[in-house]
Amino acid sequence: MIEEFRLPDLGEGLTESEIVAWHVAVGDTVALNQVIGEVETAKAVVELPSPFAGTVTAITHEPGTTVEVGEVIIAFEVEGAAGASGPDAEAPQKRVPTLVGYGADPESSSRPARRARAFAGAPATTTTTTVAASAPAGLPAVLPAVLPETPPAPSARVQADRPRSTPPVRKLARDMGINLELLAGSGERGLITRGDVVAFAGDQPHGAGTPVAVPASSVLPARTAGDAAREVRTPIKGVRKFTAAAMVHSAFTAPHVTEFLTVDVTAGMEFLARLRGSRAFADVKLTPLTLAAKAVCIGIARQPSLNSRWDEAAQEIVTMNYVNLGIAAATPRGLIVPNIKDAQALGMHGLAEAIRGLSATARSGKTPPQDLAGGTFSITNIGVFGIDAGTPILNPGEAGILALGAVRNTPWEYQGGIALRQVMTLSLSFDHRLVDGEQGSRFLADVGAVMADPAMALALS
Amino acid sequence: MLDTSSDSGPQPGIHQIIAADGTLHADEVLSPFVADVSDEQLVQLYRDMVVIRRIDTEATALQRQGQLALWPPMLGQEASQIGSVRALEEDDFIFPTYRENGVAYCRGADLAGIMSTWRGTANTGWDPHEFNMATPQIIIGAQTLHATGYAMGLTMDGKESLSIAYLGDGATSQGDVHESMVFAASFQAPVIFFCQNNHWAISEPVGLQAHSPIAGRAPGYGIPSLRVDGNDVLAVLAATRWAGARARSGGGPSFIEAVTYRMGAHTTADDPTRYRGVTELEEWGAKDPIARVRALLTARGKLDAGREAEIAGQADAVAAELRAGCINLPDPDPMALFDNVYTGDHAILDRQRDHFARYLAGFAATESATTTLEGSRS
Repeated sequence: MIEEFRLPDLGEGLTESEIVAWHVAVGDTVALNQVIGEVETAKAVVELPSPFAGTVTAITHEPGTTVEVGEVIIAFEVEGAAGASGPDAEAPQKRVPTLVGYGADPESSSRPARRARAFAGAPATTTTTTVAASAPAGLPAVLPAVLPETPPAPSARVQADRPRSTPPVRKLARDMGINLELLAGSGERGLITRGDVVAFAGDQPHGAGTPVAVPASSVLPARTAGDAAREVRTPIKGVRKFTAAAMVHSAFTAPHVTEFLTVDVTAGMEFLARLRGSRAFADVKLTPLTLAAKAVCIGIARQPSLNSRWDEAAQEIVTMNYVNLGIAAATPRGLIVPNIKDAQALGMHGLAEAIRGLSATARSGKTPPQDLAGGTFSITNIGVFGIDAGTPILNPGEAGILALGAVRNTPWEYQGGIALRQVMTLSLSFDHRLVDGEQGSRFLADVGAVMADPAMALALS
Repeated sequence: MLDTSSDSGPQPGIHQIIAADGTLHADEVLSPFVADVSDEQLVQLYRDMVVIRRIDTEATALQRQGQLALWPPMLGQEASQIGSVRALEEDDFIFPTYRENGVAYCRGADLAGIMSTWRGTANTGWDPHEFNMATPQIIIGAQTLHATGYAMGLTMDGKESLSIAYLGDGATSQGDVHESMVFAASFQAPVIFFCQNNHWAISEPVGLQAHSPIAGRAPGYGIPSLRVDGNDVLAVLAATRWAGARARSGGGPSFIEAVTYRMGAHTTADDPTRYRGVTELEEWGAKDPIARVRALLTARGKLDAGREAEIAGQADAVAAELRAGCINLPDPDPMALFDNVYTGDHAILDRQRDHFARYLAGFAATESATTTLEGSRS
C-alpha cells in the first residue's frame, strides 16, 4: 500500500519549512528511521528519519521549495500494512478533532482548524470536494497569523480586510475552495452566512475556487525543458533579511561621509614580511588587515569620536574607551560582522590570532550571538576581492568603518623619482552626527601613516 | 573563541569511579556506597542505559515524523538518570523535570503513557501515586518546592522515605530553588537535590550563571553537597545512595551536582549548532557514559557479542513497543478539556464548556452542508 508522509510541525507552532536536500530518490528502498532528507525550519535544520520501511514512490517537492506544514512531501510503497501507522492508527476516533500541534492528519479534514486565522493564504491544493473524500486534501494548514516572526504569507493582504464571517463558515468556504473576499455578506453588518457561501458555490461553473489559486510554488517558477528560469524568486529571510534591515536603518539614520586616502604601504608590507620570519609570529597569519587593525586602534586613541555612539533616546553621545573591532566576513550564509572584544589591548600577535579565530568560526557558521553584539568600529577588507575603494555603509550603532583596498604594485613617486611601489587605498565612512571632517580626516591620515610606516605607531601612540 | 566549558574534563573536585576509558578508580567518599555492586548488577545498569538511549532515539525520530509535538532529548545524560533512579526505593517520591523520561521508564511508567504528554493527547502519562513519581514539570525549578514540601510532610508523618528533586544547571538560578533549599535546610527535610549540570540552559552556557561549581552553593544553605562525574553511572549511584542514607537517617537534605553534558538539542524545537561549537561535542563524546561501562565490562569478560546483541534486541523491542503505542494513542474528546479542572461545578467553566460545545457543533453543520452539495453535483 502507498503511505504518504506529510510535513510535520518540526518546532513548536511552525507553519512551513524549506526542503534542503533529499538523501533518497524514487525507487530507493528505505528502512524505518533511515535519514531520508533535511529540512530547514525557522528554528533549525533538521534531518528527517523515514517514518516507514519500504520503497520511495514519489518525492513531491524539490530541494529549495518552501512547504506548508501538512503538505505531502514524499510517498512510500509499504509492504502490507506493516507501516509505521498501521490501520489501527487511524481507525479509532478519527472524526474527533485533534489537539496535537501539527496539521498533518489526513483523516481529520472535518476538524476545526482552531489556529486558522485566514483561509486564503494556504495553497489550495484541492479545489472542490475535499471534505468527504479520502484523497489527501492539502489541509490548508496553519496560518500565517500564528507566529509573529513568520514572514508574511501571500495572504497578508487578505487578512487586512477579511470579510466578516464565523469560523464554521470560513471552514466551509475553505473546503469548497471559495474565496470569501469575492462574496457580499447578507447577514447582519455584512456578515457572510452559510447560505451566501452555498449560493455562491452554486453560481460557479465548477463550484470552485479558482480565486484562491496560489502558485503551487512561490520559490521555483515553472521552467521550460532545458532552459534556465528567466527569473528566480528567493524568499527574503535569514542573514539576508537581517543585513538588509541593518543597512537600510544605517543608511537612513546616520549621515555618511566617505573619504579616501591612497598610501604607499611598501614599508608596511616589508614590516609584515619581517614579522612573518620571526619565531614569535610563526603560528599566526599576518596580513594587511592585521596591520590595519592595529593602526585603527592607534588612530581611535587619538580621535575618540570615531569610536563613539549616538544615543538618541538619552540624547547623549557615548564615547567608548575600548575598541570592539568588527571584521566583516563573507560566509556561506551571508555577511556577518563579528567583533574582537577589547582590541585596543591586543598587540599584532593577539589581533592576528583573534582575526583568524573569528573568521574560522564565521566560515563554519558557528559565530555565537555575543561575537556579533557590542561592536564599536568595523573594518571591511574589500581588497581580497581585488577592489581598490568604495563607500562602506556603517554597521548600525558605530561611528566609523574602514574599507581596505587591494595592495597593488603601482608606479609611484618615491624619493623624487618614479618607482614601482606597493600602494593601497583606504576608504573611511563616518557618521557626520558624531564626527566632523577634521577628526575623520586626521584619523584617516593617522591610519595611513601607520600603514605606510609602522614605526609611526611609536610616534602616534 | 570563548571557552564556555569551564569544567570540561575530569578535574580535581569531581568524584569519579569509572573513568572515561573504562578503568576503575577508588574514590574514598563514593566507593564504600557501591562496594556491593556485582558485575551482574553493572550489566543491568548498562542494559538500562542502552534501553533509555534507544527510547530517546526513537522518540526523537517520532517527533521528526510528526507523531510527537515535542521531545526533550536525554542523549548523554543516561548515567545521571539511571544511576540516580536505581539508588531509590519504591516508596521514595520523585519530582522530575521534563527530561527524566528514562527515570520514568525505569520507574515502570507505560511507554505510550510517557509519550502521551509529548504527543499532546494527555496532561500526564502516568498516575503519580502509582509510581511515586510526579508528572513532568515544565516550569523550571518549581518541582524543587514540591519535593521540599513533600519531604517536610514525610517528617511530620514519621516516614523513613525521602523525596528527590531533579533539576538542571539553569534551574539553580531560579528563586524557587533558592527558597526550596532554605526551607529544606531549615526543616532538615529528607530531600535530595539532584542537579544534572548538562552545561547548557537552552543556549546559556553554565559558566555564565555559575562562575564557580554549582555544588559549591549548597553549603551556603547548610546543605552538604557532592560533585560527581554525571557520565559515570557508579559515581551517580553512589552519590545518590550517600544522599539517601543521610535522608533516611534524619540527616536532612543533600545536594548532588552530576556533571554531564546534553549531547542533543534542548528540545526538538532547538538548534544547538547556533550557539555551541562542535569541539564540545567531540570532547564530551569521548566521555560517553555507555561506552565506558561497555569497555569495563568487556575487559572483565562480562559482555560478549551475544550479550550485546541480546541487549540491543531488547532495546529495539522497547523502541518498537514505544512506536506502536505512541502512534495508536487515541485523540482525546475535545470536551475532555474541561474535565478535572475543578472537583465540582464551576459557573464560569460551565459557561465556557457550553460555548465550546456549540462551537464544535457548528462544524457538524458544515459537514452535512458540504456533503449535500457534493451529492447534488455528482
